[in-house]
Amino acid sequence: MSRIIHSQADLAMRDLRLRYIPVVSTGLAIFLTLLPFIPSAPLLPDFGFLMLITWRLLRPEIWTARMALGLGLLSDLVAGHPLGQAMLLWTATFLVFDLVDARLGFRDYWMDWLIAAAALILHAAGAWYIALMMGSDVDFRVMLPQIGLSILAYPIATQIVVSLDRRRLGG
Amino acid sequence: MAPPANRRPGHSRRAQYGLFLGYVVAVAGMIVAVLLLVIAIIDPRGFAAIKGAALDATTPASSGGRSIVGVLRGAGDGISNYFRAGSQNGRLQRELAAARRELVKAHAAQAENRRLLRLLHLGQTAQDEVTVARIVGSSFDSPRRFATLSAGRSSGVRIGQPVRSPDGLIGRVLETGQWAARVLLITDGASSVPVRSVRDGTPALAAGRGDGTIELRTLEVGANPFRRGDILVTSGIGGIFPPNIPVATVTGHDGDTAIARPLAEPARADFAIVQPVYQPAAGGSLDLAAPQPVAPPIVGPPAAAGPARATPANRQQDPRYQPALQQQPAAATPTQAPPQ
Repeated sequence: MSRIIHSQADLAMRDLRLRYIPVVSTGLAIFLTLLPFIPSAPLLPDFGFLMLITWRLLRPEIWTARMALGLGLLSDLVAGHPLGQAMLLWTATFLVFDLVDARLGFRDYWMDWLIAAAALILHAAGAWYIALMMGSDVDFRVMLPQIGLSILAYPIATQIVVSLDRRRLGG
Repeated sequence: MAPPANRRPGHSRRAQYGLFLGYVVAVAGMIVAVLLLVIAIIDPRGFAAIKGAALDATTPASSGGRSIVGVLRGAGDGISNYFRAGSQNGRLQRELAAARRELVKAHAAQAENRRLLRLLHLGQTAQDEVTVARIVGSSFDSPRRFATLSAGRSSGVRIGQPVRSPDGLIGRVLETGQWAARVLLITDGASSVPVRSVRDGTPALAAGRGDGTIELRTLEVGANPFRRGDILVTSGIGGIFPPNIPVATVTGHDGDTAIARPLAEPARADFAIVQPVYQPAAGGSLDLAAPQPVAPPIVGPPAAAGPARATPANRQQDPRYQPALQQQPAAATPTQAPPQ
């Protein structure tokens, strides 16, 4: 793809890509929860959340915390969580990330992975606690396979996000 | 590193206000989310319309993918069956022989059961199905165990109805949309099904553990009465689940509680049968419940009467004779669990 813009249409296209590739890709990841797998225990990661924090860690400047609010609402509706669960957890994660970014001068890939792992653990714990409040009395160890797989999936999510980001910037 | 004292994004007032407004919106949104969660905890059926509509909108995607997954899984099973054909053949023949014997016993027990029910003037509550649907998805990324069903209110599915497959109980309907419904699986932590053991009729509550297994809570304290291989069926207590639907088989013990594995696997069940609530009055208020006619006192034979099979033919013809009352445990459990 050429870096030279030839027409107004090109410019509009470029603007669309810049703005919407992160949101649309995260939205698609949220819809992955509709895949017809019926495992007997929580196993697969919450793809939407994984994509969200990967974008946020790679490109802190594209989203403010309120974007997590809207995407969280979408996730609640699509995945059938109690309304407000992802809205609360995702927005809280973004606010914590803002604090972390203010504290740390810089982050490298390994620190990103560490921060993502902490976020994934807290997210699973939050979902587990909300389920507990809703009357689902399960052992927290049930969540461990899902947490482990999510943390291992972070590098893959990073690969996907980096390639999307390259497309977004027209490289 | 300490945060910088000045976090302003620059000298632009607009940028500063924008950043501030972003945080205000985020925090306000979190407060709203907490309120929504509180409402959801107090009244789980709140927002039923919104969630039902979302269910309707998202189910077609799952339904389409389900057939592809089915083909892939079928292929995997076929390959593994090919390699295990010899041992599997022997095992299946042994199982078939055992099953035939059990079938004869079950036929005899069923016939006897029918006769006894007729004698007791107990018409079985209608157990017809509301609809037959497919399970098309699940909540695989949350600690809850929900499944999505491809039938909703337009097919007569209502909240609270039990859902089963030919193998056994799957769960009960939690939310309904127009064309889709969400099912609370029996393995969910919030699910609790009254069951009894087929072997000796011990009652228990089957509560999900969230990891695909079920915990059996007995009503009495002390030694655990369940053995490995015991089969559990619904007891019909509570009035939601019809009695005698297979639920689970006991696989072991975890401390004092017995652990069981569901007989019906939603991932493999091709079809799910939605049944009406066993006794609809159980779900409504007490005023709606029709008064049950009181059964007349039973005139039984002398207490010395033996078990039903030993009963002479002339006494079996006697409509007042109630062998079920003479041999409680055996009559309550006409079939025996297969030996392990």
